[in-house]
Amino acid sequence: MKMEIIMAGFGGQGIMLMGEILAHSAMLEGREVSWIPSYGPEMRGGTANCMVVISDKRIPSPIISSPDVLVAMNKPSMEKFTPMVKSGGIVILNKALIDERPARDNIKVIEVDATGIADELGNMRVANMVALGVLIGETGIVKPETVIKSIDYFLPAHRKNMMEINEKALKRGIAEVQK
Amino acid sequence: MEKVLMKGNEALAEAAIRAGCKCFFGYPITPQSELPAYLAREMPKRGGVFLQAESEVAAINMVYGAAGAGVRVMTSSSSPGISLKQEGISYLCGAELPCVIVNIMRGGPGLGDIQPAQSDYFQATRGGGHGDYRTIVLAPSSVQELVDLVYDAFDLADMYRNPVLILGDGILGQMMEPVVFKERPARQLPPKDWATTGKMGRQKTNVINSLYLDPVKLEEHNLKLFKKYQEIEAKEQRYEILNGDDAEYFVVAYGICARIAHAAVEMAREDGIKVGLIRPITLWPYPKKAFEEVLPKAKAFLTVELSLGQMVEDVKLSVEGRAPVYFYGRTGGMVPTAEEIFEEIKKMRGLS
Amino acid sequence: MKVVFERPKSLQPTKTHYCPGCGHGVIHRLVAEVMDELGIQDKTIGVAPVGCAVLAYNYFDCDMQQAAHGRAPAVATGIKRALPDRVVFTYQGDGDLAAIGTAEIVHAAARGENITVIFVNNAIYGMTGGQMAPTTLVGQKTETSPYGRDPQMAGYPIRVCEMLATLDGPSFLARAELTDVKNINKAKSYIKKAFEMQLSGKGFSLVEILSPCPTNWGMKPKDAVDWVKNEMVKVFPPGVFKEPKEG
Repeated sequence: MKMEIIMAGFGGQGIMLMGEILAHSAMLEGREVSWIPSYGPEMRGGTANCMVVISDKRIPSPIISSPDVLVAMNKPSMEKFTPMVKSGGIVILNKALIDERPARDNIKVIEVDATGIADELGNMRVANMVALGVLIGETGIVKPETVIKSIDYFLPAHRKNMMEINEKALKRGIAEVQK
Repeated sequence: MEKVLMKGNEALAEAAIRAGCKCFFGYPITPQSELPAYLAREMPKRGGVFLQAESEVAAINMVYGAAGAGVRVMTSSSSPGISLKQEGISYLCGAELPCVIVNIMRGGPGLGDIQPAQSDYFQATRGGGHGDYRTIVLAPSSVQELVDLVYDAFDLADMYRNPVLILGDGILGQMMEPVVFKERPARQLPPKDWATTGKMGRQKTNVINSLYLDPVKLEEHNLKLFKKYQEIEAKEQRYEILNGDDAEYFVVAYGICARIAHAAVEMAREDGIKVGLIRPITLWPYPKKAFEEVLPKAKAFLTVELSLGQMVEDVKLSVEGRAPVYFYGRTGGMVPTAEEIFEEIKKMRGLS
Repeated sequence: MKVVFERPKSLQPTKTHYCPGCGHGVIHRLVAEVMDELGIQDKTIGVAPVGCAVLAYNYFDCDMQQAAHGRAPAVATGIKRALPDRVVFTYQGDGDLAAIGTAEIVHAAARGENITVIFVNNAIYGMTGGQMAPTTLVGQKTETSPYGRDPQMAGYPIRVCEMLATLDGPSFLARAELTDVKNINKAKSYIKKAFEMQLSGKGFSLVEILSPCPTNWGMKPKDAVDWVKNEMVKVFPPGVFKEPKEG
């Protein structure tokens, strides 16, 4: 088993943290993981992105050129990274900020109104957890309870009151793919 | 042992504290900022010293002072800052002072950029400053290895009374991977009876010095240093060979580049090409032994670097004309993809 | 028989390489006498500069480090931070301290680094053969200002004590002249005070000593002393520039 994931969006959408939480929970489940933030020319153009690799074996390269999964939280991210996705791969789109669909038919596109759901839950900032919920709901790469442990690990002591809404957002995301 | 997910720069800093580093002196530069920030936070709580110096030049000379006083000491910087430290590194080598110097390399020359590069290889492995000297150079390629090599770096520095460089890059520094801070048995290290601690009842004064005005004395001193370097070359070469058992071709790469090359080697393997990877862990001493190990069956070598060809010279010096040596590199902060390297592997097979 | 004069314990029993009439030998002795009087020889680490005093590690009987040109305050910082209960001093000339090492001295002073600096100002580079120094007087002839220092071309001498006195870090800054018994004793009293500052943890202390260099000035030793007295003190007025307020 090996899964390569690119997560991308605007700065401030919690893209890096989404990747860290995924990598952390996969580590807790005994997998090899790597996480790298945007680098090189990818850093330009107003998008933040990170690359997460999860594997049963030693990970050769943490740098991904054709991801199995793309989580695109805004339109520039979709445009930039969709062409890289492996054929048969998955693209998770934040419908609220992306008004078109990628022009590819050999990938599975899942649209979710991550920002809208987060807003409904009371805090737009948990849109990243909605998207992460979709990712784990669709791929089963890590268990929801492990992700919740990881969210708890990353939330600083003075933010523990955010635990509940993050957990709700994650579960709403999972529910979106089970509809 | 607990596994934690940590950024390379922070893991390096934590490992340094656990390895007994008592003083850190540095000057801000991207892309290694998390490392001093971590130490600024942790050192005061854990009995150590963190000091932001007025320049790289001052920082490396503070390292000189503290190393001469007999404590474990570290500095870190990135390429342009390491150039500034060369004066101090030359003095540290001349005075035989142990210390650890981290270079999270970025693109050059000049101010260059802040993206990952491996273009300081010559500077690191050929001495770097003025004079006949060498520094031990370690090149980790994962966060765990970064941690393990930090402990080794302090031990090697103390064992040989010599500065040890750790060469990383922006990706390695920013990358998060699981790490375990293993408890390690303390190594038997020579006493620092040469340190300037104040005489404290000692008869003889200790002097830390690199000045030998009499050329006869300086030649003696340099020959003594070179004897030490020969010992290091004999004992401390480190490398890893991956997919090497039946390999006919070899890619040679270190640091983050070795990770990408490893992915390329796996692609080539899926394509039926019998290719392996030589990953030097020590860049000085250069692991010539790795080449002796594979040369009987190796048809060709492909060196891949984030430079326009620096380590490839050591590969050629190791292969000594016994097989063709090809090169592929990206520069200026550009990083090759595994696919690019795979194409080069195919070319190598076609050519030889 | 009563001993009326002897070598301080903190000096090595060896000849120095200094020229006849040079001030370094006297200043070494003053520092060593102070180390003896304060009983700190065993816990002192000195830092030698690059310049005429580069071999100071052969003359002081205490642990010594030899620093790169101008870097002595940084080296001393490293030692002091590693071993805060020891006494650390640097011994530097004007080229070392006020040209190539300006950043290091200013920042060590600004940090209030708890070290003592002995700054020997003889207005010239001695070891390299008499070039213009940052403290060379306007009009003074040197190898590299053969027509006399021309401020249009080469600017003006730097007054280190005055400059550092603007900072909050230093505890004690003073300038003395190595000209006669009275002033030599005054220099010694400043040096002692500077080390006492360090011993009581008050922070950075520096004593600047105007010192003759007959060889590179092209003068007889007595004329060189007179030149310090008549010319140097006009540009570099002796005195205390900073000290802790009493009480």
